[in-house]
Amino acid sequence: MSQQTIKESDFTPIQYTEAETEKIVGESTSYWKDAWRRFKKNKLAIGGVIIIILLAVMSLAGPYMTEYNYYENDLINANQSPSAEHWFGTDNLGRDMFARTWEGAKISLFIGLTAAIIDLIIGVIWGSVSGYIGGRVDEIMMRIADILSALPYLLVVILLMVVMPQGLWTLILAMTITGWINMARIVRGEVMRLKNEEYVLAAKSLGASTTRIIARHLVPNMLGPILVTLTLTVPSAIFTEAFLSFLGLGVPAPLASWGTMTSDGLASLRYYPYQLFFPAFFISLTMLAFNVVGDGLRDAFDPKDKR
Amino acid sequence: MLRYLLKRIGYILLSLYFIVTITFILMKVAPGGPFASERRLPPKLEEQMNAAYGLNDPIHVQYFDYLLRVVKWDFGPSFKYVGQSVNDIINRSFPYSAILGLESILLALSVGIFLGVVAALYHNRFPDYTAMVIAVLGISVPSFVLAAVLQYVFAFKLQLLPIAKFDSFAHSILPAVALAATPLAFIARLMRSSMLEVLNSDYIKTAKAKGLSQRVTIYRHGIRNAILPVISYMGPLVVAILTGSFIIETIFAIPGIGREFVTSVTNRDYTVIMGTTVFYSVLFLFSILIVDIIYSLVDPRIKLTEKEGDR
Repeated sequence: MSQQTIKESDFTPIQYTEAETEKIVGESTSYWKDAWRRFKKNKLAIGGVIIIILLAVMSLAGPYMTEYNYYENDLINANQSPSAEHWFGTDNLGRDMFARTWEGAKISLFIGLTAAIIDLIIGVIWGSVSGYIGGRVDEIMMRIADILSALPYLLVVILLMVVMPQGLWTLILAMTITGWINMARIVRGEVMRLKNEEYVLAAKSLGASTTRIIARHLVPNMLGPILVTLTLTVPSAIFTEAFLSFLGLGVPAPLASWGTMTSDGLASLRYYPYQLFFPAFFISLTMLAFNVVGDGLRDAFDPKDKR
Repeated sequence: MLRYLLKRIGYILLSLYFIVTITFILMKVAPGGPFASERRLPPKLEEQMNAAYGLNDPIHVQYFDYLLRVVKWDFGPSFKYVGQSVNDIINRSFPYSAILGLESILLALSVGIFLGVVAALYHNRFPDYTAMVIAVLGISVPSFVLAAVLQYVFAFKLQLLPIAKFDSFAHSILPAVALAATPLAFIARLMRSSMLEVLNSDYIKTAKAKGLSQRVTIYRHGIRNAILPVISYMGPLVVAILTGSFIIETIFAIPGIGREFVTSVTNRDYTVIMGTTVFYSVLFLFSILIVDIIYSLVDPRIKLTEKEGDR
């Protein structure tokens, strides 16, 4: 091996001023931008978002795309297979399945979103108060949540539906009565993790009130986990509605819901399988879309878990 | 350990007390009395019936009577089926549900763990994608839809399996699959992510480095550690199976307790509703306790005295 001699003339200093070296070349990314960048790469999740948007648009526009409405009986044309006239066919009372499917979509999405938002509001308030104040208050508030969640969710919902008059809002109330606990637990955990951060101390020493600290400093910093929980609450609420409607405890007739339509479809499965196919397909598609988006959000907000 | 157990049982009793009280109140405010049917009873007869069932007593007397009877595990007579007590109904129907439930739990655990392990071992390859597609579908397709599809394909079109009722093992296959699908999917996902984590850990590298075979590394060191989250999912699993049975037993016409509950709800048979609710709650609360105890036995790092809810 020959030793090479290195002369000083082989090197030339790079002409950089100090200011130039301090320059940040890359664009600075915020928490949200970072999450969005990761979310965008997840093709499945983007597909889910598109499906949800399409379903939402169709739930509003769908009923107007056909001349039939969801409640009018037409016994002469009962049990018609899908055709140019009735795109998804008709059910055993001659009601147009296309109109009913989208009416059902409206109800499912409305219940899913409303239940999720109510859960969000109660859960965030309950969880952040409990986690922030801590001590005795925390103990009592979490015990109440524990006892409530010791009741099997569907059992409580069914019992309430027996007692209260049937209707959309009863359904939502029954679902939210124990539904918020999961959100409250997650928020409490986040608050306990965040409340010892320095910015909270800084806000406190500047004299910010507890409400302000929770609302302005803590909640924005835990929007990620909240959003993920919210997205995953929607499919479970949609499922519960369908489950109850299937048992005959959901929305009253003539309102269409995917649960009642599935239940009707099951009764005539032998002869008219298409009557089961449409509601079953769309309910599965909706739940799939929300689950995929929820998973995508979780991966986007929590890159540690990303595989 | 003993102190912890006593404390837990104390909480269970407290929860049960609340459940009994809430169901009692709910059933009292529920519209329509037990004898309100299309055919009105003569007022005198109704009076007599009410007296016989103690419905004329002041409300607090009825409440304490009911509490006392629940403590003695006696839920009184059914209002709809003459001559049958709620205890009879529970005793008769529970064995069916227990068989179906155990079958589903076994199915969900074995297939779920298997899928999860395979997915983790073949991470980002074909078996992984297949397993995860099955898992996402299992979570997204509601159990009653799956039940309907299974009935249509296997019982009606292919005529391989009986369409309903519960007389033999063959009868239990379709309902067990429908009931197990959603928890199975959850278990597969849990198992996959925890297995991936374990496979990346140092002790797996050590095991490989000291020349242990692939089989021993995976079974002895991998699965044993990765299975912990699945065990903590056992509680929710029991709940999912119990509540899922409401609909599956109804669809497959299985005379189990889930269907009795649904029937009693549609019949407004209040004593049966109350009895089955209490029964379900006891079952549910104690199975969660048992799961927690198993968890501490499996993983010696977990002490039962640890404060709950810190995660």
